[in-house]
Amino acid sequence: MSTDNEQLFAYLLRLGDNAVILGQQLGDWVGKGPELEEEMAMANFALDYVGQARMFYSLAAEVEGKGHNEDELAFLRDGMDFHNFLLVEQPNGDFATTIARQFYFETFYQLQLDALAASSEPRLAEIAIKASKEIHYHVRHTRLWLVRLGDGTEESHRRMQSAIDDLWRYTGEMFVADETDLWAAESGTGPNPAELHTDWSELVMTTLTEATLSQPEGEWMASGGKQGIHSEHLGFLLADMQFLQRAYPGATW
Amino acid sequence: MNRSPHNPQEQAIRVIAGNIPDPEIPVLTLSDLGVIRSVSVDGNAVTVGIAPTYSGCPATEYIEESVITELQQNGFNNVKTERVLTPAWTTDWISEDGRRKLKEYGIVPPDKAAESKRALFNQGLQIACPRCSSDKTTKVSEFGSTPCKSSYKCSDCLEPFEYFKCL
Repeated sequence: MSTDNEQLFAYLLRLGDNAVILGQQLGDWVGKGPELEEEMAMANFALDYVGQARMFYSLAAEVEGKGHNEDELAFLRDGMDFHNFLLVEQPNGDFATTIARQFYFETFYQLQLDALAASSEPRLAEIAIKASKEIHYHVRHTRLWLVRLGDGTEESHRRMQSAIDDLWRYTGEMFVADETDLWAAESGTGPNPAELHTDWSELVMTTLTEATLSQPEGEWMASGGKQGIHSEHLGFLLADMQFLQRAYPGATW
Repeated sequence: MNRSPHNPQEQAIRVIAGNIPDPEIPVLTLSDLGVIRSVSVDGNAVTVGIAPTYSGCPATEYIEESVITELQQNGFNNVKTERVLTPAWTTDWISEDGRRKLKEYGIVPPDKAAESKRALFNQGLQIACPRCSSDKTTKVSEFGSTPCKSSYKCSDCLEPFEYFKCL
């Protein structure tokens, strides 16, 4: 049995891991966005995520109480210690793929943050309230693109549908409660993710319909991210993200 | 919020820190922006509570450093800052004076009442051109040169301008 502090630490790390990995992915659009405005949007999103990751990690480090800091948690842990969803580590692909990934994750994240705003852990609640305001903007933007591409040209529709279909298998994991999630639900720290599924499905279905896209039907869902068992993409991402601190430990600007 | 100073020294610190210009929108001071949340003095140790604006805004750290530097130059050698997340900073914290300065600078100030979803989702939002006041403006991009702004263009006078987004 782990103590409450250990559980809280694990729970915060997951939140930070999702945010930092997605922030790193989105930052990769800089210099190759389909147009200048979208490049700025992706950079803005990335900045929000990295900022949120810092808040989750700082609190995690404080809760852990072993003298680690946010940078060590981000840059000096190995892949197996990252407990982010498989969804967020999936590559950017074409713009439709990025939009599909953002849409699936952010609609979930918004619901999660709104629930976390009422967390029994006040330090987590205040981060969630702040982050939720930012994610509202993301969700709105992503939804607009999903509809524009889905209900656009034949080519954009084809690409959007294919991205929505390809990433569908990574959505199930978000709603499967494991030991840490159940601890969070019982202690009032966070929602039981399974309970967010109905609202999420409704939101997804409404938007897909609006975008003239069909709802994917596959039932098989990939999982493992929350347990540290990742797809091949995470290793490459971490190699890139952690290179500097690994090569020059403790380097600062 | 309680902005009444507890003693003259705290008041003085609040004024010095409050007068520092925002690094990204220098017409605004930190006090206009509404980010200086608390000042406490214990012996010679000064703690300034600062609210971050956007989570990932790079200006946050710059602001913290400038507060420390500015206070040091005014003889306060033992200064630290702390981040205050509650109540969360929203665009409603920008003072009336700050909103006026923004407009004169060519940035349309945020719609009041950020808490309203209507404002957040720009529904029925009319952004008037800061140059000619025309309502015929179009959004060029939701995102702009800093996390807090979107880009607009006036269809009448053709002025490109920025709108300070509601948060």
